[in-house]
Amino acid sequence: MTVEAAFELFEITADVGVSARGSTLAAAFEQAARGMYAVMVELDGVEERESRTVELDAAPAERQLERWLLELLFLTESEDLLFSRFEVVIEESGALRGVAYGERLDRARHELGPEVKAVTRHLLAVRALDGGFEVRVVFDI
Amino acid sequence: MTTWDAVLQQIDEYRWEIPVSYKAGMRVPGRIYANLELLQMAADEQAFEQTANVAFLPGIVWRSLAMPDIHQGYGFPIGGVAAMRLEDGVVSPGGVGFDINCGTRIILTSLTEDEVRPRLRDLANQLFRDIPAGLGGHGALDLTDLELDEVMRDGAASMVERGFGRRQDLERIESGGCLPDADPTRVSTRVRDRGRRQLGTLGSGNHFLEVQALEQVLDAPTAERFGFTRPGQVVVFLHTGSRGFGHQICQDYLDRMEAAQRRYGIVLPDRQLACAPIRSPEGEQYLGAMAAAANYAFANRQCITELARRAFARIFGRDDDALGMELLYDVAHNSAKIERHTFEGKPIDLCVHRKGATRAFPAGHEDLPEIYRDIGQPVLVPGDMGRYSYVAVGLESAMHETWGSVCHGAGRVQSRHAAKRMLRGVNVAKRLEARGIIVRAQNPRLLAEEASEAYKDVATVVDVLEAAGIARKVVRLRPLAVIKG
Repeated sequence: MTVEAAFELFEITADVGVSARGSTLAAAFEQAARGMYAVMVELDGVEERESRTVELDAAPAERQLERWLLELLFLTESEDLLFSRFEVVIEESGALRGVAYGERLDRARHELGPEVKAVTRHLLAVRALDGGFEVRVVFDI
Repeated sequence: MTTWDAVLQQIDEYRWEIPVSYKAGMRVPGRIYANLELLQMAADEQAFEQTANVAFLPGIVWRSLAMPDIHQGYGFPIGGVAAMRLEDGVVSPGGVGFDINCGTRIILTSLTEDEVRPRLRDLANQLFRDIPAGLGGHGALDLTDLELDEVMRDGAASMVERGFGRRQDLERIESGGCLPDADPTRVSTRVRDRGRRQLGTLGSGNHFLEVQALEQVLDAPTAERFGFTRPGQVVVFLHTGSRGFGHQICQDYLDRMEAAQRRYGIVLPDRQLACAPIRSPEGEQYLGAMAAAANYAFANRQCITELARRAFARIFGRDDDALGMELLYDVAHNSAKIERHTFEGKPIDLCVHRKGATRAFPAGHEDLPEIYRDIGQPVLVPGDMGRYSYVAVGLESAMHETWGSVCHGAGRVQSRHAAKRMLRGVNVAKRLEARGIIVRAQNPRLLAEEASEAYKDVATVVDVLEAAGIARKVVRLRPLAVIKG
């Protein structure tokens, strides 16, 4: 049995978290990124016009998840990019290569949510499931 | 889940304690300021556990404190106060938070609601147009590295130098709008890149700029000294922080602190409490970077203040001097500051962490500017956008019990999603308009998350502090127009 790729947002008093799953750790990371952008924008309205590549050297899985999301957040803040689709490869060494597809933020067209200020370590977790992985992360809004 | 009824020890009607016996490793008890209603609101989440966890931090003195607006945070609860001895204590970025030196400020005007009401919609539009808010909002400035250095070093004064505001604004800002010992060399390129274009922006979430009117005077002599002189007097209430600049500093230092904590052999129950001794290279580097972010936040609020003054001047056809747009005060509620206090009859220097708690120094305190030294510092307590906000004044008893600290707002009671669910189908902006409150939001979807239902009643929160003798209410303000990200 393999775990179907998906994410859900969950509640926490002042902020919001994402719980994401996939048949591989990389697939779960892709879904976590989708979840983070789902907080900030209606994903369906984000077209794939540009892409950015993120490369990270090896790190423990939880730390790698945090770094991956932080790299994306930095691209959003420094280049005004919003992303809606991700392709992640995690090498055997633990190094990560991810490609994010999206476009420049357009206030007239995108239905925006709140800014994600930060990726916290509160409840941060990576867990193996039967046939896949589940990750959990909370964002500071 | 812990049944808090069995753990909490009631001291009096407004004080509750978590004894050190609750968890092995607590160095001091936890203390919560709340009435029964507020206590129950906070009991079903992790806020009390977090209050107990903060008591593990080395060097903590007296109590791990929680204000009546307490709710769950990361490591520290929001509404948490903890003071550490300098010799053997630690500094924890989690005790400051991601939004370093987030705070509030009130700008007075000599206008009344009757004068503003006919132009309120134009005013709201002008403010909304001139003050960037929300995701992707950029300021008018694009700062070079040298200019960023000035902002980090000089805080609000760096903006006054550029024509944003006046010299006399500076004395009406906590710490004069500048923390000393900011160290720009401790700030990464990534921090700079996130901060370059965000100066003079409001952000999103619970940040706001509101036009408010004086609704009720609760302490007439103090109100008058604070500049509240006429019924229906209009003020501007601003809440924002250090934007991506501060968020990135916190993020950078969480990593370094985790490593440092291991090196110094400090064991804590929550990763987000990562810390280092105040008197260690890591502690000093964080405090230097934190001060740089604090100064960025002071500069941000100073920049927005001037944008608001210009918007008023444009709408009312008089310059901001003629409109009486003096600063009342600017207070921070996310900071760690080295302060001199008295403990057990002796002077002591402490690093006071205030995570979602406002400094509230009383009359006579040497850190207060001359204008407030004989009366006490204005304490700004925003409520929610549909009800009211307060200005209070710090009391001497706060110095002894809470290191001169009070609550920072109403405190959340509903999660963002719960609020949205509860208000599905309700047009929050329309509902506010029907009550005469004009809302301009970059992101109307967000309004339900910030509606009154999502927050505790700030009146209850402030009443608890007054009844406990920590602060005294001075005036109550009511929103007329709300600008949101």
